[in-house]
Amino acid sequence: MNNLAIRALVRNDLRIYMTDRRAMIIGVLVPILIAAFFGYVFGGNDSAEAGKIPVAIVDEDQSAVSRAIAADFAKEPLVLMQTLNRAQAEQAVRAGKIQVAALIPRDFGTGAVRALFSEGVRPQVELLIDPSQSMSSRVVEGLFAQHGMQEITKEAFSGASGRAALSYSIARLDSASPADVPERAELKNLLEALRTLNTRAGSEGGGSVGLQRGLSIPYIVATTTVTSARSVPYNGYAHSFAGMTTQFILLAGIDAGIVLLLVRERGIWQRLRSAPLGKAQYLLARLISTALIGLFQFTLIYTAAVAIFKVRIGGSFIGFAALAVALCVLNAAFGLMLAAIGRSAAATRGIAIMATLLLVMMGGAWVPSFVFPKWLQQVSLALPTRWAVDGLDAMTWRGLGLDAAVAPILILGATATVCIAIAIWRFRWEE
Amino acid sequence: MLSITHLQKRFGDRVAVDDVSFEVRAGETLGLLGPNGAGKTTTLSIMSGLVRPDKGSVSFQGQGVHQDANDLKRCVGLVPQELALYDELSAWANLELFGGLYGLAGEQLAHRAEDALTLVGLENRRHDRVKGFSGGMKRRLNIAGALLHDPELILLDEPTVGVDPQSRNAIFENLEELKRRGKTLLYTTHYMEEAERLCDRIVIIDHGRVIANDTVRGLYRRLPVSRAVSLEIGGASADEGLLSSLAALPGISGVQRTAGAVRMEMDDFGVPLAGALEHIAARGLRVTSVQTGQMNLEDVFIALTGHALRDGPPAGRS
Repeated sequence: MNNLAIRALVRNDLRIYMTDRRAMIIGVLVPILIAAFFGYVFGGNDSAEAGKIPVAIVDEDQSAVSRAIAADFAKEPLVLMQTLNRAQAEQAVRAGKIQVAALIPRDFGTGAVRALFSEGVRPQVELLIDPSQSMSSRVVEGLFAQHGMQEITKEAFSGASGRAALSYSIARLDSASPADVPERAELKNLLEALRTLNTRAGSEGGGSVGLQRGLSIPYIVATTTVTSARSVPYNGYAHSFAGMTTQFILLAGIDAGIVLLLVRERGIWQRLRSAPLGKAQYLLARLISTALIGLFQFTLIYTAAVAIFKVRIGGSFIGFAALAVALCVLNAAFGLMLAAIGRSAAATRGIAIMATLLLVMMGGAWVPSFVFPKWLQQVSLALPTRWAVDGLDAMTWRGLGLDAAVAPILILGATATVCIAIAIWRFRWEE
Repeated sequence: MLSITHLQKRFGDRVAVDDVSFEVRAGETLGLLGPNGAGKTTTLSIMSGLVRPDKGSVSFQGQGVHQDANDLKRCVGLVPQELALYDELSAWANLELFGGLYGLAGEQLAHRAEDALTLVGLENRRHDRVKGFSGGMKRRLNIAGALLHDPELILLDEPTVGVDPQSRNAIFENLEELKRRGKTLLYTTHYMEEAERLCDRIVIIDHGRVIANDTVRGLYRRLPVSRAVSLEIGGASADEGLLSSLAALPGISGVQRTAGAVRMEMDDFGVPLAGALEHIAARGLRVTSVQTGQMNLEDVFIALTGHALRDGPPAGRS
């Protein structure tokens, strides 16, 4: 094997790559910018800013209860609350500026407190929702149940409307026949005890203990993000960098394949073929140079990810490095295969870019694959891009060990082998 | 040194080379001439190991070149018709690649690259990018790229296409220097004066077949006459009647209409030329210019291949 020829070809490809500084910078900068955008959209590395739901409260009641609920929403970290009137709220939801608007109707406070102690018409809270954000309506519904219950019971146990509601309910019990309400005496005792507490709380100007706080959920849910380490919060950029790096490394592979097709159309092709060089040597040289260029890009992109966006390689560094090599070899092999089966540069470019974008999209490079429907998740397991993205996720924010990188590396390696075999089979060297 | 025997090559239905045989002798400069699409580049491609013939054989220094043409490639330098250079790289980087392809490295490569650049007069531009070179400089560098492995045989496919007269002259000097160094050259061109100046022997191919293989002198001897006269006739254009009546005059062996003139072929300027002038005057026409000259290689070429226009092949092969 003419090793000096292979070395000369590799060095030449690297020289050409380095010569085009603008293309080199764009090849690194664009994936960083897109990954930064996606990372920011999907939460970045600041969990306080992550995914706040824009919500409007339309308070037509203006009671102590409704104002307290609105105040609770304003303090809620999951939502970004604003107060609007009904027309404004409808317009904002229609325009997509607000995902959910909660309409608190007139007499909501009185009606809700009264409904707590006796049968009667329960007031209705209407949620206006953006149909494309149905998950948000569930969240707001849950939050409204939590804050509504707390503020309604607080009013019931310590507010004026609560006292009125208790008196009303006691009067209704008094007028009811013992046959209709067998436990009338016990209920009356309970309501009178509550009215006493309410009266005392009212005369003491409210309080912050006991029933005067209202009823709240009697437990706390603590959330712990399971990332590379206990003390390390989830970094939304880690996944987007895995996806965008995979995408742009593959696009660089396409470029290498297109360049090879263009070389075939130039005089340099005759010069190369007039040298004592075989097809396998030539393809090997192109594989090595394209993989090295890919590794260079990979390194620069992840250097930015670590230095600027605080992405951590929390898992096995060896696994991470081996995955990088496997991905770059795959990208080079993919480019060779395109050059082998493509008829011309112009015809191949469009098809190859479309195929690559499909591969990376279905591989979870743009949005994580777990948001896909079940069937698509299964299908995506057949794509090397899915394994590349999952592998890089595993080695970065998931913090898994070398064993988690083995399957992705094997899959990427096997796919690269198939691409190389097709390239050797179909590449037209002699005429 | 290199001989090809009964070569045949088809591209689809088209026969590009049909039973072509000739030999390139050590130290000579052989001109390979032919109209567009005659089969020159295909023949050259087979001789350089780029294209495998359908039939026939190539032998180099008595040894047949079979499946693996690498032994042949190590001894042959190809200067492709199309510039085979990386524009974005320097002249030196280009030569480093081409030398590397032949297994050269280190000082040996540097020495050969230096020598090649000096030969083509680009030693002071070695670190400049090729994209800044003139057409002539690129052509010279294109030649230098074929010399790094010190080949015994250099195949040049129209190396002066599209260059100015000064650059063409510089390329001639480069090739003459290679001849002085004892290199064997095979040269294809459309410029007959180049072939006359450089080549010891000429092979003319047409329609994929060899139609002449001789020295320049030997080819001249194939012409029935040795001289030509061009007459410009004022006031009227030469019609077919005039041409046929001139052709019937004694001592005139051929008459053609060329750009704005009538061209007559004859062995002797005396009697035939006087007769022609008289004949034209008798028809009431006036001769405004008379130009006499010797027949040249172009006349031989036209005589052998005809006047009909040739359309080149679609795939860039000729």
